[in-house]
Amino acid sequence: MAEEENRVFGASEASLLIRELRDSFKSGRTKSYDWRVSQLRGIEKMIEEREKDIIQALYMDLSKPELESFFSEISTSKSSCKKALKELKKWMMPEKVKTSMTTYPSSAEIVSEPLGVVLVISAWNYPFLLSLDPVIGAIAAGNAVVLKPSEIAPATSSLLARLLEEYLDKSAIRVVEGAVPETTALLDQKWDKIMYTGSGRVGRIVMAAAARHLTPVILELGGKCPAIVDSNVKLEVCVRRIIAGKWAANSGQACISIDYIITTKQFAPKLIDALKKGIEESFGEKPIESPDMSRIVNAFHFKRLVNLLDEERVYHKIVLGGQREEKLLKIAPTVLLDVPEDSQIMQEEIFGPMLPILTVENLEEGFEVVNSKPKPLAAYLFTNNEQLKKEFVQNVSAGGMLVNDAILHVTVPGLPFGGIGESGIGAYHGKFSFDAFSHKKGVMYRSFEGDSSVRYPPYTPKKQRLLKALINGNIIGIILALISWYRK
Amino acid sequence: MEAIDDLDLQLGMLREYYYSGKTRDASWRRSQLKGILSLLKEREDELFRALHQDLGKHPVEAYRDEIGCLIKSVNYALDCLSQWMSGRKAKLPRAALLTSAEIIPEPLGLVLIISSWNFPFGLSLEPLIGALAAGNVAVLKPSESAPASSSLLANLIPVYLDNKAVNVVEGGPDVGQQLLHKKWDKIFFTGSTKIGRAVMAAASENLTPVTLELGGKCPAVIDSLTRSLDREVAVQRVLGTKFSPCAGQACIAIDYVLVEEKFSPTLVELMKGMMKKMFGENPKESGSIARIVNKRHLQRLKSLLDDPLVKASIVHGGSMDEDSLYIEPTILLDPPTKAAIMVDEIFGPLLPIITLNKIEDSINFINSRPKPLAIYGFTNNESLKTRMISQTSSGSLTFNDAVIQYAADTLPFGGIGESGMGKYHGKFSFDTFSHQKAVLRRSFLIDFWFRFPPWNDYKLQLFRAMYGFNYLLLLLITLGLKRSK
Repeated sequence: MAEEENRVFGASEASLLIRELRDSFKSGRTKSYDWRVSQLRGIEKMIEEREKDIIQALYMDLSKPELESFFSEISTSKSSCKKALKELKKWMMPEKVKTSMTTYPSSAEIVSEPLGVVLVISAWNYPFLLSLDPVIGAIAAGNAVVLKPSEIAPATSSLLARLLEEYLDKSAIRVVEGAVPETTALLDQKWDKIMYTGSGRVGRIVMAAAARHLTPVILELGGKCPAIVDSNVKLEVCVRRIIAGKWAANSGQACISIDYIITTKQFAPKLIDALKKGIEESFGEKPIESPDMSRIVNAFHFKRLVNLLDEERVYHKIVLGGQREEKLLKIAPTVLLDVPEDSQIMQEEIFGPMLPILTVENLEEGFEVVNSKPKPLAAYLFTNNEQLKKEFVQNVSAGGMLVNDAILHVTVPGLPFGGIGESGIGAYHGKFSFDAFSHKKGVMYRSFEGDSSVRYPPYTPKKQRLLKALINGNIIGIILALISWYRK
Repeated sequence: MEAIDDLDLQLGMLREYYYSGKTRDASWRRSQLKGILSLLKEREDELFRALHQDLGKHPVEAYRDEIGCLIKSVNYALDCLSQWMSGRKAKLPRAALLTSAEIIPEPLGLVLIISSWNFPFGLSLEPLIGALAAGNVAVLKPSESAPASSSLLANLIPVYLDNKAVNVVEGGPDVGQQLLHKKWDKIFFTGSTKIGRAVMAAASENLTPVTLELGGKCPAVIDSLTRSLDREVAVQRVLGTKFSPCAGQACIAIDYVLVEEKFSPTLVELMKGMMKKMFGENPKESGSIARIVNKRHLQRLKSLLDDPLVKASIVHGGSMDEDSLYIEPTILLDPPTKAAIMVDEIFGPLLPIITLNKIEDSINFINSRPKPLAIYGFTNNESLKTRMISQTSSGSLTFNDAVIQYAADTLPFGGIGESGMGKYHGKFSFDTFSHQKAVLRRSFLIDFWFRFPPWNDYKLQLFRAMYGFNYLLLLLITLGLKRSK
């Protein structure tokens, strides 16, 4: 056992691993409906039986409150699994498509086939969900899969390694734990798809590595997700939802949590007051002591966030919070008003419990501010103004958008979850996961009858006329051309 | 070194035009598609001339493979545009009261289309149709190896399309490199696997999504057909789709044939007869064979035949006229499978036939090689068909014909593994140049109050019920009729 722990996972281990999984895939085992169902049921069982262990690991890694772990990671993974089990037969069925006169007579269909052996690299902030959800998609699509969980959430990483081995078919599903060296060794191999959740910086490294083998990628990255808040809202409800989308979301350490708010100069004071009240209601008088919020994941990120806060031009813009407790890795819910645009806190994705509020003259200006930054993973708008909603959807580009709420859109399995531009490539969730890990193969059936020598040389002007008419589906043209054809 | 003057300025202007919102308009998109249609119809003769100059293509071949196909695609896009633009509603669980969810397509922005020399109009305009239908602005970089076509595109596009939205940039590899390192919202590349890697690596600098239409060795599995009609049609289709599209210089042309040893003599005889019928006694004079594109490719193809074992396996053809860039349609029988002609993508009018013990062995043969863009199966054996579908992997699979899947608007056209990533044609073109944006709208009226902290066991119970979509339980707990444990 000790020997195994000391063995470094390097190039030869990675190469051996992928060869093993390729052999498993080639055997055809993972393609069968029964295998996929057995694995998905295994995941379901795993989540149900080991809920306590999962909650404990998430608490160790992030001090995540039990309820937050439950609804943001455990339930969502379970629903994802249940959905796949329910729809799998339908998803696996070939899709018949219509064929036109140009290829008459023929029939055609689109067949979904697994890609082969895929690599899933997940993140530390929702370490359970962001590992399992893609793996569910990969399995549903019939692939063999290697999961590399984040080393920054070590308890969850090690739990995943143990659980997946215990509950699933280890000849086709494996976990590789580790950090940069192990990830690099994995990335050097030829995969049939790589899915990465994390930062834009590493996303580029993953894509460049994938390019060497022409491996397609899904990159779920980040960005600064803005929430634009109008004055005509039901303020109390609005504030509760903002809180749910910021501090109750892993203390703001979520790719889709609200990064900053834009509101009018006029409305800002009211909003700040309401936030003060709301935060107290949710987290008590001393929010930093509340057990209902996750902590900052580690000392590195704690320092990063404190630096953002302590920047000279930023610190005195704090209107609420600002307290920090280094030993507990906690930062209180903090609201800032009108920090300079070029301050660090407005340049990089915050990924923490600080919420800058930018004020504008009117909200259309707010749209411009959002569009001047890299496209975010999500954009939020709180308003009752129908025209504003329309403009928002039409003119702002983001991975996904939500009107009058935050975060929730990722729980709708019928909606694709993914970024655009700097916030990512590709999407998943529900059937989109199945599709993301499948190859859609076009299959066309022709018969030996009903052929026309028109297609082939020798070419004559008569053939040309008929060909033109056929391709254009021009019935009269076809008839005329055929008449002259048979006249010879 | 060819420099692009003020490339950044040019791209800046395209982006500004995009931000003006003009290209979002359905009427603008329609006008562009109609512009492409007019270009194809009004300038047909010039297009034929350019293709003849660059590749020696006969007008019927040019119409069949490029012009006619494009006209079909534009008409299809015009018919479907409103539907494609309208997005669709997404299903919501019943718990989501007073909520609406939909997926709305939006353009990506500024896209780069790099096309190849073998179908210079088809491979430039087919993606452009998708890019414009989806509301993007675009830069088109045609291949310098088809200079007459490239220059014709550069002249015609500003006349027929909105030149504030579509620019043509001509040039060679240097120009290509410069373009690749700029920031794009999408890169669409048709060409070789080697360059495909370089394109994706460059794209990774800006996290630019890519569609790569690459190549491979597309095999045709020919079963021992018994009916003479079937044999004749099969041979006609195999030879017609090998030698006719650009003299075999096509990514989906049949690269090599697999046949059962017993059947191979019959096949070779039938092929010889059909060759005469299609190309006459003197194929060079028939005008029905395109040229090899340039000296470099001719030398490359010539060297495939240098290997004495390969040369010895020629059963038909084999002659060349280097000055006129002509290679006679050539059939080979069982060249060594380790020879270059059976390892590299041929991309020319040389057709190796490999014989196997049993036709089912073709599946392992194909699977031991990189995944091709297309696999073709000529057979009436339903179980062989089923096995081919489930046990081989390729961009697409066509039975009893070849190449024709290119014309199907409802089938995705693209590769897998080394033959590429992404797909287009029909709605897939629109989708490949769009972002499918998820939009969820909630009202302020209804909320699950237990969504928010502070947390307690009661809320946990409610969540369990809600996520289990167990509405009855949810109701009972809320009414206080079921207590927490």
